[in-house]
Amino acid sequence: MYVAVKGGERAIDAAHAWLAEERRGDPSVPELTVAQIREQMALAVNRVMAEGSLYDPDLAALAIKQARGDLIEAVFLIRAYRTTLPRFGASRPVDTAAMAVDRRVSATFKDLPGGQVLGPTFDYTHRLLDFALAAEGTPQPAPMAPAPDEPVPHVTGLLDRDGLIEQQPADDTPAPDLTRQPLELPASRALRLQALARADEGFTLSLAYSTQRGYGRTHAFVGELRIGRVAVEVELPELGFAVEIGEVELTECDTVNQFKGSKSEPPQFTRGYGLVMGQSERKAISMSLVDRALRWQELGEDFTGAPAQDEEFVLSHCDNIQATGFLEHIKLPHYVDFQAELELVRRMRREAVQMQEAAE
Amino acid sequence: MNAILTGGFADPSTQSAHAFRALLEAMARPGRIFTVAGAQPPAPISVAAGVALLTLTDSTTPLHLAGDADCEALRGWIGFHTGAPLVPAEQAQFALGGWEALQPVTRFRTGEPSYPDRSATLIVELDRLEPEGARLTGPGIQTEARLSLPETAAFRANRALFPLGFDCILTCGARLAALPRSTTVEDA
Amino acid sequence: MSQSSQPETTARREWISALAKAPPGRLAALLPDLPAHEMLRAPEIGTVMVQGRIGGTGVPFNLGEMTVTRCSVRLSEGAVGHACVQGRDKAHAARAAVADALMQTGAAPQIATQVLAPLRAAAARARATRAAKAAATRVEFFTMLRGEDA
Repeated sequence: MYVAVKGGERAIDAAHAWLAEERRGDPSVPELTVAQIREQMALAVNRVMAEGSLYDPDLAALAIKQARGDLIEAVFLIRAYRTTLPRFGASRPVDTAAMAVDRRVSATFKDLPGGQVLGPTFDYTHRLLDFALAAEGTPQPAPMAPAPDEPVPHVTGLLDRDGLIEQQPADDTPAPDLTRQPLELPASRALRLQALARADEGFTLSLAYSTQRGYGRTHAFVGELRIGRVAVEVELPELGFAVEIGEVELTECDTVNQFKGSKSEPPQFTRGYGLVMGQSERKAISMSLVDRALRWQELGEDFTGAPAQDEEFVLSHCDNIQATGFLEHIKLPHYVDFQAELELVRRMRREAVQMQEAAE
Repeated sequence: MNAILTGGFADPSTQSAHAFRALLEAMARPGRIFTVAGAQPPAPISVAAGVALLTLTDSTTPLHLAGDADCEALRGWIGFHTGAPLVPAEQAQFALGGWEALQPVTRFRTGEPSYPDRSATLIVELDRLEPEGARLTGPGIQTEARLSLPETAAFRANRALFPLGFDCILTCGARLAALPRSTTVEDA
Repeated sequence: MSQSSQPETTARREWISALAKAPPGRLAALLPDLPAHEMLRAPEIGTVMVQGRIGGTGVPFNLGEMTVTRCSVRLSEGAVGHACVQGRDKAHAARAAVADALMQTGAAPQIATQVLAPLRAAAARARATRAAKAAATRVEFFTMLRGEDA
């Protein structure tokens, strides 16, 4: 129960002023610019864009600055801003096969058309703190090599040719949109993927990890992970044709999973899919594992009660803005609720004492 | 071509906010007449209907055009200024036309018991809109309101579906009034 | 749509895209002075929902939105130009719309050589540099030992 109360404006104003001062920190230290955050904290910016569900690096960087580096608060700011913008339309589905790849690796095939391209990865770093970064300096320019002019086809296509992997035939079913319609269960796979694409990275990671540890096991291999830029093409009604209006950086993960076969399907590999805005491979891999675990019913597998298989559990709890909103509201005044609880406990204690006295 | 590309809001964020406020007030106070401005849609569409389209529709709100409203010029104008997809009556979230052209109004969506909001809003173009005639009572009306409606039977039938039903925005020139499903309509 | 196969549509699609993808500062430097024009649709910031396909090839789903700014103008001689550009730069959208209109007038050859050609060259260079850095991180496997366990 809520009760409207007045008062506290002066305290709130003072709290805001202090927040601004604390945000700035020691004024003898130079202030961060939004461009510095965008360029040098790029993976934090990517996370805020992915979970804020709005691709705009400058806005995400501003949100991080305003939120003092609290990424969930920054996501909240982006979500709130997004709701103020008119939506002009939807893009044509992006063609990730035509991605200009910065990184592309497969854990299932060593030799593949387009090659294994490591890109700017942390994978082979030693995870030792580099104290040289504590001093400022310009890094050595990255080496360059002649880029082969060859397509980089999806790895799963190689298995597709042999009929060893489930097909994902093209289809033009309009995509459901959970930002416009309330979530209804059971959800289509397209709706689940939209929810997972904007889901909290930590929650998605933990669920994916739980499937690896046996809670809804799916035996996943990373068929392919790719990071790079794709063109975004939009049909403009005033022109009557589609034009490329920009580029977004995406991370895509296709997992390949064992599948014993069912009454209708022969034994073959099945797939899980992850697609995330920005460079965010932990999230993309997690998303594809959770996507695959959620497909148990469609593939005729057993429900083992694992959290990652439970659509309602996953979709109702994966959004960190919904979660933090409900969680944090309990710190706001609940004076009347608590007064009622207090009365109740006092009465029960009185009654307990009376009953004890009566018994004696 | 010119009629298609002109006649939108010159200052969309401010003008659409004012128009939205007027539409909100109109829905909250059924029968009260409001004057709006800012749109010059192609003939035969009224300024008020143009304002409602610019404010309420976009590429995610399927729109049905009925009768005279279903003309080349308006289709182009809507495509350029709002991007609303044009659909048959049964799929529409919004519909625009004269009262006769919108018949039978029973074909429009009235929502589902768990989602009564999945219903159509009809923008009804009228030749006259005056505070006289049919008697309106219900939420948002202190005692009663009067409005020159084209008929009452259809609105009484719609009221009987509550909480399902369609909602109406009645437009005439630069003026509009609203008749939500919650309003009880009786003959004068 | 069916018109998209026509060569003039293809050409216009390409220049609208080059103008949309141009860095705003670079476009402003290449086209500093705009001819007189009327705003048919003043620059407006909004979003476009970006879609993907399940498995890269299957059913479409909504990935998330991106910010865009659109604008439509008419030059005094009547040519109409449209723009829809990524981001929130209203001046970029207006400049791109004017350039689209100019490309439909006698000024087209001049815009093509003085604005579009440098934009395309810069975009190709940026793309080639990234591709070359990626190519340098491509793994060349060599077999150290191959054999059967005894």
